Amino acid sequence: MIKLENMTMVFNPGTVNENTAIRNLSLTVNKGDFITVIGSNGAGKTTLLNLISGSVFPTEGKIRIQDKDVSRTPEYQRASFIGRIFQDPTMGTAGKLSLEDNMNICYKKGFKGLKISLNAKRRKIFQQALEPLKMGLESRLKDNVGLLSGGQRQALTLLMTVLSRPELLLLDEHTAALDPRNAEIVLELTRQFITEYQLTAMMITHNMKHAIEMGNRLLMMDGGEIIFDVRGEEKQNLTVEKLVKKFHELRSKEFATDEDLLAR
Amino acid sequence: MVEGILVDGLIFALMAMGVFITFRILDFPDLTVDGSFATGAAVVTMSITGGLGIFPGLLLAFLSGAAAGTVTAVIHNRLKVPNLLAGILTMTMLYSINIRVLGGRANVALLRVDTLISKVIDLGGSVPREITLLLFMIIFTGSIKLLLDLFFHTDMGITLGAMGNNEQMVISQGVNPKTMKVLGVGLSNGLVALSGAMLAQYQGFADANLGVGIVVQGLAAVMLGEFLFRSNKIGMLTLQVIFGAILYKALMFFGRYYGYYINLTPSDLKLLTGLLVIASLVIAKSRKNKPVNSSKRGGGTNA
Repeated sequence: MIKLENMTMVFNPGTVNENTAIRNLSLTVNKGDFITVIGSNGAGKTTLLNLISGSVFPTEGKIRIQDKDVSRTPEYQRASFIGRIFQDPTMGTAGKLSLEDNMNICYKKGFKGLKISLNAKRRKIFQQALEPLKMGLESRLKDNVGLLSGGQRQALTLLMTVLSRPELLLLDEHTAALDPRNAEIVLELTRQFITEYQLTAMMITHNMKHAIEMGNRLLMMDGGEIIFDVRGEEKQNLTVEKLVKKFHELRSKEFATDEDLLAR
Repeated sequence: MVEGILVDGLIFALMAMGVFITFRILDFPDLTVDGSFATGAAVVTMSITGGLGIFPGLLLAFLSGAAAGTVTAVIHNRLKVPNLLAGILTMTMLYSINIRVLGGRANVALLRVDTLISKVIDLGGSVPREITLLLFMIIFTGSIKLLLDLFFHTDMGITLGAMGNNEQMVISQGVNPKTMKVLGVGLSNGLVALSGAMLAQYQGFADANLGVGIVVQGLAAVMLGEFLFRSNKIGMLTLQVIFGAILYKALMFFGRYYGYYINLTPSDLKLLTGLLVIASLVIAKSRKNKPVNSSKRGGGTNA
């Protein structure tokens, strides 16, 4: 469904700060895939999501969504089929607007006209949608989102994003800024929503346990490349130990080649 | 005296609502206002003296202000120029354009011609002039306020409300932020020009220097209004702006009227306005540091 072809992303090309964040990366995401992405800092995980969502354009390579080349399509246009959640809980909602206003903006994607669509019927829909969160938000439609806790805000962002039924859901360490309890709640909701709405999703995480337990496919990234791509049964048989071993195995191989390069 | 302040304040409130849209809702500090205020005055004056008529003149004033705002937004969007600089560019260019509109003169009088203001006074008959004008301006500014409230309840208006708060969210919902900026800054300057057009008719002339420093005055009015009460409802927020505008005009009136006791001249009023804005900023800042609000504000960032 989504195809990245030989993507390369170089920041500040031709300067001393030149930095290749993504190196000749190819990836096919199939419909219904729930991919977890792991890798150390600077491995290129977030840049990968930025390339897919369109907040940066690739230096080289192409990205196709349902056979349409969208390599140069601006982010706001791709947003009609991509939903993205950031690490920072304040990024997904407008704190100075009320809950119902926030939900109304997200209810239908694309250009907003001069229609007043926030009515009693719409509020009822919002309340019903908020109930499964079990956070008591259904009675706080008029409150400003800025009054909610980080966990509540991220859960709300998740809900608003899935309500628009995106073709692809991008989760960029969306629980990393939350306390452990709230992180668990949001993660459980994520699992629930992805199954319920049969979403295609990519989730970056630093938690190897989550990466193994969740989803049907796992990508390990390093140095702007995908160094390990497992799915199905093979993924189910993974353990944290095996993954760490694999990581060191692949990385030490990398170091070996680096040393080779330096030796020459 | 009181009626005069109120009428002055209600005309001024139209401009303050424009400043409120850019500074508060859109978080786009727009200085075009200093130019587009005079543009509105110039366009309506020339429309009336040229025989185009009062209402086409007012509409044209609104549209020319909106066009000026659009220019600022497009400069900012296309050339990736900071919004402040984009506004200053348009404002500077508008100064020349305004003098062109006024037929190469720095000011044009609206004497011995019918204006909206003079027609309203005629309509009032034996009712005192000030009372008629006050009633009319309450209806005029009140209707504009209600229209604005209505707009901010539409899907487009709500999205505009999210723009200054969280642009990323607006992008994520498939809306082009550039379009929203054009809309917001355009609407704002349309209101500013309309305010200029009303002032020209009220004082009986248009002047190319009418708008100098007006953006800071508008900001002062918006900030004064914010001290009156707290709300997150748009209807209340626009009401705050109107009250703030009247309060500002009252303060300036007393500054002018009683200022001579302490050797104050009218030319000191701009200094006073600036100090008023600074004082408002200081008070707002110390208010924000109070524990009640810091726990609210912290909600998004810690946890």
